[in-house]
Order: sequence, then structure tokens, then C-alpha cells
Amino acid sequence: MTSTPGTLPRPGTAGISGTGAAGPRLWRYGRPALVVLLAALAIGVPLWLVLVTSAKPQGEAVRPNLDPPRHWQPADNYADAVGQGEMLRGFVNSLLVVVPSVALVLILGAGAAWVFARRSSKLVSAAYALTISGLLLPPAVITIVMELRQLGLAGTRPGMIAVYTGMYLSTSVFFMTGFIRTIPTELEEAARIDGAGPTRIFLRIILPLLRPVIATATIMVMLYAWSDIFYAFFVLGGGDGATLPINLYQVAGAQLYLNNWHLIFAYVVVMSLPMVAVFLVAQRKIVSGITSGAVK
Amino acid sequence: MADTAIRTRGAAPPTRGGKKPGRLPRAAVHHPWWFALPAVAVFAAFFLVPNLLNFYYPFTNWSSYHPDVAFTGLDNFRTIADDGSLLRSIRTTLLYAALAALFQNGFGLGLALLLEEDSRFNRFFRAVFFLPVLISALAVGYVFQALLDQDGAVNAALGTDIPWLGSTTWTVVLVSVIHGWKWMGLAMLIYLAGLKGIPGDMLEAAKVDGAGPWRTFRSVRWPMLAPALTFNVTTALIGSMNTFDIVQATTGGGPAASTEVFNIYMFRIFGQGLYAQASAMSLVLFLIVVVIAIPLVVGLRRREQTL
Repeated sequence: MTSTPGTLPRPGTAGISGTGAAGPRLWRYGRPALVVLLAALAIGVPLWLVLVTSAKPQGEAVRPNLDPPRHWQPADNYADAVGQGEMLRGFVNSLLVVVPSVALVLILGAGAAWVFARRSSKLVSAAYALTISGLLLPPAVITIVMELRQLGLAGTRPGMIAVYTGMYLSTSVFFMTGFIRTIPTELEEAARIDGAGPTRIFLRIILPLLRPVIATATIMVMLYAWSDIFYAFFVLGGGDGATLPINLYQVAGAQLYLNNWHLIFAYVVVMSLPMVAVFLVAQRKIVSGITSGAVK
Repeated sequence: MADTAIRTRGAAPPTRGGKKPGRLPRAAVHHPWWFALPAVAVFAAFFLVPNLLNFYYPFTNWSSYHPDVAFTGLDNFRTIADDGSLLRSIRTTLLYAALAALFQNGFGLGLALLLEEDSRFNRFFRAVFFLPVLISALAVGYVFQALLDQDGAVNAALGTDIPWLGSTTWTVVLVSVIHGWKWMGLAMLIYLAGLKGIPGDMLEAAKVDGAGPWRTFRSVRWPMLAPALTFNVTTALIGSMNTFDIVQATTGGGPAASTEVFNIYMFRIFGQGLYAQASAMSLVLFLIVVVIAIPLVVGLRRREQTL
């Protein structure tokens, strides 16, 4: 609304802003109005429901509605959610699985991507094709459990980390290989002439240049692993290693006699805050990373 | 150091191709295979091996009731075919995936076209519509359960008494709309990138030729969005075939198993200790993805070439 005149000259925008003779003006004012309306309905209503319900006493929240709370008790609800939902333990558990998984996906993925991008033998191409097959193929969750039991990793964090790493490696290898192919080899050759070995070149030249993809891959893998419940159910179960989503499921499952929406939504808010915070901090990088990698 | 430099240079002159006989090929020295080894090993051990095992265990009686695993042939498949769960899961999952991909792409493309111009207003609302992507799918499911429950917020606001999540026909559609809602922000970003990649003079030329906005969209922008479409449709289909959280949190597979997709079934049957039967369903999902997704990706890729 505010900066429309300044950005209009871009030829790309001319196409949609003109809709016939009477169109442009209608579109100029109608579009922002439509955007605000859509945002209010599609995002505003659910968000409002979550926020007000998380501040209501149970009696008001049993039948969820959009009314503002008559009695405000956000502090109690959030304290209850943190306490009953074992949130601190869940938070630590989530961190202990997600952070190592992301780190492994990135480090192992970068090393493999470098080789896959630079070498062109049949064997390397086959290894690349195999490694990115996880982009399409579904993980065989049932036999993963079988295998982990035999390895003694069922129900453990290392097991969960291994499963997440295996699942998301394809994504990071795919994006990073595409990116490394766009880095000119001259940079590496110059370093090689200066006497740098492969490890040094990888650490000093390739990894720093990979920063944009690393940012994106971090966010995407973090997002998936942080919210995952399906694989966590199978691998970790509901025991001491339960992550935040599993705890949320248990809080919601506890509503045997009376709905406890006020606690569920307090939980949802706290659980979502880390991801929203990460997004707000790194927004620009995430957006450019996602978009540059996808449309290649 | 100097020694390394000489040796490396001797083995492979950096500007010329070809290998020297009797030496390691240049590529092997400069990009040693062991950089790729850990990734390939972890992927093989924790992704490929389970998928291979998944071709054996469905044909056994592996369950929590037997101490050891014995080969039983097609028994598990016969069981799931006879009780109707096989066909139902296939039908439900495919319907869900097709609808979810449709909604996710429809919403995403619509938002991208609405918010295409790079103004501060639009950037703010792009972030707003991206919000659902950041929230866990399980939480999204609970939010919509609270909205759509018969005692929920939507009925309260409209003064109606509609069992939104209680229809054996329409609930699966509604849940796939929720799926589309959750991921529309990601599709939007990718379509925005596609739109940005369209050269300005191409649109200019279309305008000079007298093309209106609809014609420009159909003949210039839509074909140019092909790579973005390929990516979005593929990720949406794969993602929604593997769906679990949203369905579990909104309907739990009901009513009358009308939203019971593969993963919900596996979760339920695994919980009953019938591991091999769950594994059989998992194998079916694998085969369906291979049979449907891979030709689709190839087809969409080919479509990009011809447009």
C-alpha cells in the first residue's frame, strides 16, 4: 500500500496491475483489501483462537470459541502446560535430537555433495542418484524399528538422530550438489596451486561458500525434525526421551473427561515460539535460500 | 607443504583434462571419495537397508506375539486385502494426496500472484501466510479440531451445528484443505521465485502484442512457472502421501475410517503389535509412491522441456 508507486516501474508488475480500462484502479485498491481479508480469515482467525483460548480458564475453553476470555489467566495456563506437559524435559529432548541431526545432515551432506558435484564417473553418478532417492521414496518406518532393535538403538537418542539424518540427507545433498555445481572450479584450482589439500580446500573454500544453502537446509531440516511426531513415536516412544510434539500429543490425549483446550493451546504457543523466532531472525536468508534452490 | 604442491601439480595439470596412465585420476586426488562415504553409509544404513528389509518382513509373521520370525508368504497381504483396509488405505491416501497437492498449489499460486510485487506491504503479508509452515503439523491439527468440532469455534461463530469432521464423504476433503493451508506458504515462496525469474522484456513483448492479463498469464507466465510447478507438485504429493500428524490430530482416521491414510493405519496396527502387517502396508505405500510419483516427476520434467 505504502510503497506501490515506487515499485511500479518494474515491467514484471505491469501485467497484473492492468485489468482492462476500469481495472487498474479497482485492482490497486481491491488487491490490498483482498489480501487483508484473506489474511484475517485464513491466518487471523486460527491465531486468535489459539491465543484467546490459551488465556481462558478451563470452563470457558471447553467449547472453543472466538470470544475474548471473560476471565484472563494466561499465566496459570502456561505454567500448567509447562508443568503438566513436562515441557522443559521435552524441550531439552527435542534439542538433543534435532541439533545433532541437523549438524550431521549438513556436514555429511556437504562432503558428499562436493564429491558428487565435482566428479562425473558412472559410479559417482550412481551413488548420487541413490543418495537423493530419499527425496521421493518414503522411509520404511516399521522396519526401521526392527533394525534399530537389532542394533540396540531402539528408543534411544542416537537411534532417532540416525533415522532423521538418513531421512533428510537426500534433501541437503540435492540442494548442496546443485549449489556447488554453480561455484567455479577456478577457486579450488587456485588454492590447489597454492598447495592446499582436499580437506583444506573443502573447509576453507567450499564450506564458507555454501553458507546460503546451509542456512536453508538448517531451517528446513529443523522445521521437519522439530515438528515430527510420526517417526518419533516409532523410534523414541513416549518414554523419557519424548520430544515436544510427543508431549503435546500426550497432553491432548489426557482430555478423557473434559476438553483441555486451554492447556493444549498454551502448549502450542510455547512449542511454536522457537521456530517463529528463528524465522524472524533469519527471514531474508530463508526466503532467498528456499527460492533459489527450488527452481533450478 | 611444497612437496604436496609439487606432487599434486605433477599428478594433474589443473588446466588440462585426461588422466596420466598409472596414476590416480585427477578427480580422485582432488575430490577423494571418502568425503562422500559417511553420508552414503548413514543413508544406506538407516534409509536403504530398512527399505530393503521392508521387502522381507511383510512376508513373515513378525509380531509382538511370536518370539521368532517365520516366513508365511502372502498371509499379511491376504489379511489386509480381505478386511478391506488395503483398498481403503490406497483410495484414501491417493484422494488425500491429490486434493492436498491441488489445494496447496492453488492457494500458493493465488497468494504468489496476489503478493507478487515487491512492496513492504506484500513482504509483511508473505510472512503472515508463511506462519502455518512454521507451526508443527500436529498443532495445526489441534487448532482445526477446535475450529471445526461440532462444539467448536466455527459452529459457534456461524450459529450452525454442522459436524464438519463427522462426514464420511467430505471430511477427507476438509482435512486435505487443512493440509494445503499448512503448506501454502512454502508453495507461495517457490511460485514467487518462479514469477521473479520471468524476464521483464518477455512480459513487455506480450503487452506490446496486445495480450491482456489473462492471456499473458496463460501464454507467458504459466509456462514459465513450469519448474516451480514441478517442484511444488512433487513435494506436495510426496509430503501428503506420507501424511500423519494433521489427520491424526483432526480425525484420528475417522469417521468410520474414511480418513485412514497409510501412516494412520500403520501406526494403529503397529500399536496392536502386528508388526509384519504394518510392514506390509508400508511396502504397499512404497510401491505406490514408486508407481505414481516417479512417472509423475519424469512427466513434469519432460513438460518443462516442451513448454
